[in-house]
Amino acid sequence: MTDVDDVISADTFEGRQELQSRAVLSAKEVLREVGAVLRMSETDAALLSEVDTVAAEDQTMIINMGPQHPSTHGVLRLMLELQGETVLRCKPIVGYLHTGMEKTGESLTFMQGGTNVTRMDYASPLNNELVFSMATEKLLGIDAEIPERAVWMRMLLSELNRMSSHLLFMASNGMDIGAVSMMLYGWREREEVLRFFQKVTGLRMNHNFIRPGGVAADLPAGWRDDVLGILDMLPARLAEYDILMSGQPIWRERLQGVGVITRQEAIALSATGPILRSTGVAWDLRRDMPYLHYDEVDFDVIVGSYGDAYDRYAIRLAEIRESMKIVRQILDRIPSGDYRIQNKKVTPPPRARIDESMEALIHHFKIFTEGFKVPEGEVYVAIESPRGEIGCYIASDGSATPYRLHVRAPSFANIQTLPHMMRGGLVADAVAVISSVDPVLGEVDR
Amino acid sequence: MSSTQTPVPSVLHGSPLVESAGQSVLFVDKDRYFAVLTSLANDGFEMCVDLTAVDFLTHPGRILPTGIAVERFEIVVNLLSLRNHERLRLRVQISESDATIDSAFDIYPGTEAMEREVYDMFGIVFRNHPDLTRILMPEDWDGHPLRKDYAQGRIPVQFKGAAS
Repeated sequence: MTDVDDVISADTFEGRQELQSRAVLSAKEVLREVGAVLRMSETDAALLSEVDTVAAEDQTMIINMGPQHPSTHGVLRLMLELQGETVLRCKPIVGYLHTGMEKTGESLTFMQGGTNVTRMDYASPLNNELVFSMATEKLLGIDAEIPERAVWMRMLLSELNRMSSHLLFMASNGMDIGAVSMMLYGWREREEVLRFFQKVTGLRMNHNFIRPGGVAADLPAGWRDDVLGILDMLPARLAEYDILMSGQPIWRERLQGVGVITRQEAIALSATGPILRSTGVAWDLRRDMPYLHYDEVDFDVIVGSYGDAYDRYAIRLAEIRESMKIVRQILDRIPSGDYRIQNKKVTPPPRARIDESMEALIHHFKIFTEGFKVPEGEVYVAIESPRGEIGCYIASDGSATPYRLHVRAPSFANIQTLPHMMRGGLVADAVAVISSVDPVLGEVDR
Repeated sequence: MSSTQTPVPSVLHGSPLVESAGQSVLFVDKDRYFAVLTSLANDGFEMCVDLTAVDFLTHPGRILPTGIAVERFEIVVNLLSLRNHERLRLRVQISESDATIDSAFDIYPGTEAMEREVYDMFGIVFRNHPDLTRILMPEDWDGHPLRKDYAQGRIPVQFKGAAS
């Protein structure tokens, strides 16, 4: 064998993590990769495997898509088995962004934990902080004592974050489908929201602003005008999106009927958020298992009827409008008062007290170096993030750090729907399907 | 080593049901895990939202209902009923010597990736899982990172394909 042959036939195969030839796989695994979800009758299963054996190995090709493909949202890697341009099998391969955040979380105190979880879903950091704070508060037993202003502030930030995340989706979805100008518009509008976050929290992303016990600071002067500015600016811009995309024949052709999933399949695959709602299941934790004060505001849960990529696009666009509706109600109802709980256990003393009181200085030092102890127990709290149900499971052994911190990442469950949505579609539609799932690999890999 | 839960727990599908911080927790025996999941799926828990595990190596003295033996690992399954707006959490004790359990894949296909993650991070083997491989760590990685005896930031750092 020559050197060239060696290079060509070099063994790049990494093993069973990857998509393998059908010959070495069990029937169950093949079915999983062709996207079979529900239990099928023997005949259906036989039919499916028959179709696939006809496509003999020499007619099909296994290709890699990603992890560096620009449309795979970070470092998602898909291995696709193609016959011509038709996708027969698909396997998402993840882990390229894995940095052991759950392990890191075990050595950070509950005080510091927010800095860790906020980096998981980097497109909606405030929702991550919110679910972590709510889980910690539930363990501490102070979840009912959070001041009203803090609760409404949390809702305000959560909804604005949902808007910025969906605007980012509008941008990336447009870019993936080929409406590249959409990318600029989406980022432009998102930037307005991030500018507000910067004013409130000091940072555009990864805020660590929502903390156990409340929020880190009160809203800055002039915040109401800033929010109103966003609310007044957006409707006209969203109307432009409708002109540019929603009603446009090319856009519809590209998305309608692509990546279809049914209600039963979405539920079986633990898909939540816009994917589940696109199949017609009106399930939104904000309405169906209310937290904060979502039961006191008026908004609609948007559902689709076809479960395709267009529905998921339209749902997200409509959810921006629903969030704006909620934000307006929050502006009317947000009370004045304390922005964090006055409980010396979890709340550091005010800055001014530190200058005049030795005890306050010690208290401040202790709470930031040692944190606060959380009673033994375990708790699972879930909220509706822009991508679906984000849950936080904390097991505490009574110390100041979580014994086990687990985040139920919506994208992690949602990308399991990819093999199903891809099957039988064209490889060009694969990009549209990935985009419509809107995965954030930071929370997939954690 | 285990203390007992104070109130007498109610029973669901033959397993003790306990309230913990206002949330329902069902302590299921490992051998009956699959059967209980099947019954719960028929009861209207359509979705398995989350499946994870905890390694209680350094914290063995936790509180469990009477009759549940404390083991090193615990599988934690969060079920959701969309029609009843209800959640239920299952906790299954897994011993260190026999760290295996039935896969929930046949009932809840959405647990596929979650079980792979638990296998990857804790080394717990799921029987009848279609594709039990590491999902987040490289295939040739040694050890299971979320186990408590796997030190954080341990050296040497493993780099794939690097000359050692």
